[in-house]
Amino acid sequence: MREVELLIIGSGPAGLCAALSAAESGARALILERSFRPGGQLVKQTHMFFGSERQYASHRGVDIAELLLKKLAEYGERIELMLNATAVGFYEDNVVTVLKDEKEYFKIRAKSVVCATGAFEKSLAFPNNDLPGIYGAGAVQTLMNVYGVRPGNRVLMVGAGNIGVIVSYQLLQAGIEVAAVLDAAPRIGAYLVHASKLARMGVPILTSHTVKEAVGTDCLEAAVVWALDEKFKPIPGTERRFDVDVMCVSVGLSPLNELLAMRGAEMKYVPQLSGLVPLRSENCETGIPGVFVAGDASGIEEASSAMAEGWLAGLCAAAKLGYVPADFEARRREYLSQLENLRSGPVGERIRAGMKLSLLEGGMRDV
Amino acid sequence: MFEKTGVAAPEMVLEKFPSVERINRGPVAVVECYQKIPCNPCQTACPLGAIEIGDDINNIPQRDEELCGGCGLCVSKCPGLAIMIVDGSKSPDSVEFRIPYEFLPLPAAGETVLGLDRAGRPLCRAKVLKVLNPPSFDRTPVVTLEVERKYLYTFRNFRREAEEHG
Repeated sequence: MREVELLIIGSGPAGLCAALSAAESGARALILERSFRPGGQLVKQTHMFFGSERQYASHRGVDIAELLLKKLAEYGERIELMLNATAVGFYEDNVVTVLKDEKEYFKIRAKSVVCATGAFEKSLAFPNNDLPGIYGAGAVQTLMNVYGVRPGNRVLMVGAGNIGVIVSYQLLQAGIEVAAVLDAAPRIGAYLVHASKLARMGVPILTSHTVKEAVGTDCLEAAVVWALDEKFKPIPGTERRFDVDVMCVSVGLSPLNELLAMRGAEMKYVPQLSGLVPLRSENCETGIPGVFVAGDASGIEEASSAMAEGWLAGLCAAAKLGYVPADFEARRREYLSQLENLRSGPVGERIRAGMKLSLLEGGMRDV
Repeated sequence: MFEKTGVAAPEMVLEKFPSVERINRGPVAVVECYQKIPCNPCQTACPLGAIEIGDDINNIPQRDEELCGGCGLCVSKCPGLAIMIVDGSKSPDSVEFRIPYEFLPLPAAGETVLGLDRAGRPLCRAKVLKVLNPPSFDRTPVVTLEVERKYLYTFRNFRREAEEHG
């Protein structure tokens, strides 16, 4: 069985930064990536990121992936990236089972693990929601921005959070019509600057609206939507029909972290973090010594926070292995202050509440 | 309403505008950032220190209309495309706008386009004066347009008209 010092599961923004951070301290890391290309969701983010310079603000996600991978290459053999490699099991003796190229199946034992497995898209229940033409917004973004495929001609976006609004804008950039953006909530969830970009392109944003049903025989032909009252109850008589061949469902993400649950990390349902998350210390370490979590797997946030968490988790995971650089405490404080800064505003309020609920007892003092 | 539609109310927009006297003196930035979000590239981009956010990156940027020289470096750096430059010094009847525009095909200088308001509604004719898209703008081109002065507070976007270029 192959033995490694540090195993990082996932090569999205959190995983890549964790690897860089650990390597900077002197540790050797193996990154498992289930896709044929590294970068996670960064590769389809053609818009500029928010945040500060320290999280590459104002750079486009796809370019941030390039930038991080270039840095990764500088560490040479200290960081190994294994593609087409899915971690399918995580056992008590820190053995991770891996399915590679969908044919080889083997075990890796790691002294320390950072789980940076990301998230998955939530779905929405309505009649005919299985018609071809109804996608997750993330799927459409992948089709369009990674593979250059037009998902259709006229789109109804369900969900006015950041992903819904950003993907709508990118659909317009690809020359595809966006009929409207809906959201069940009475207010737009996305950053309002993103919403304004859409509004001034003439795309209506309908808050307090949801899908009543999808219409079509072989594929989506139309969507019927209706208004919701303040108790989120549909108001009969407010139905409107949109003739669309694509509907994008963008009603949020859930943390993807079953591996940690399997390993025995204590999990908790935290609505502010959008699902089940592992309890962890301030340093991103779960209740199992040497097992860390970073990025959306620890709670849904922005890529900027995922990167900062990755840097922190990588630093602390390396320290656990004995790689404690002279500037350890300064670096740790720097990453913590980045996170605090990113989460300090009104939009970070939910995250701050969620973080409190997911902290291990004594987690704040764990250094 | 803003939080329901994404369209800022006229009084909100007005508050972000520099004085007319300042606009008539030459180019100056209008930073239409109304929500506290963690973001500060506009502050970092400004070579004159005219945009202040401070230590808490969630603060709303404050633009000093006297310090701002209207260079426009912030326009393509704002991830929210929330900044434009207005210049009322060229003519008593019109105003020049420099706005970020991330759609292809780009308009050409001299072209007449349809000016749109903040809700994407047709507003006026606008003349494209210049299109800048250097590598440093990182694929957020900036288009300079001449617009009748009465649309100073309402013009915000434009659409190319297919029939004119078909």
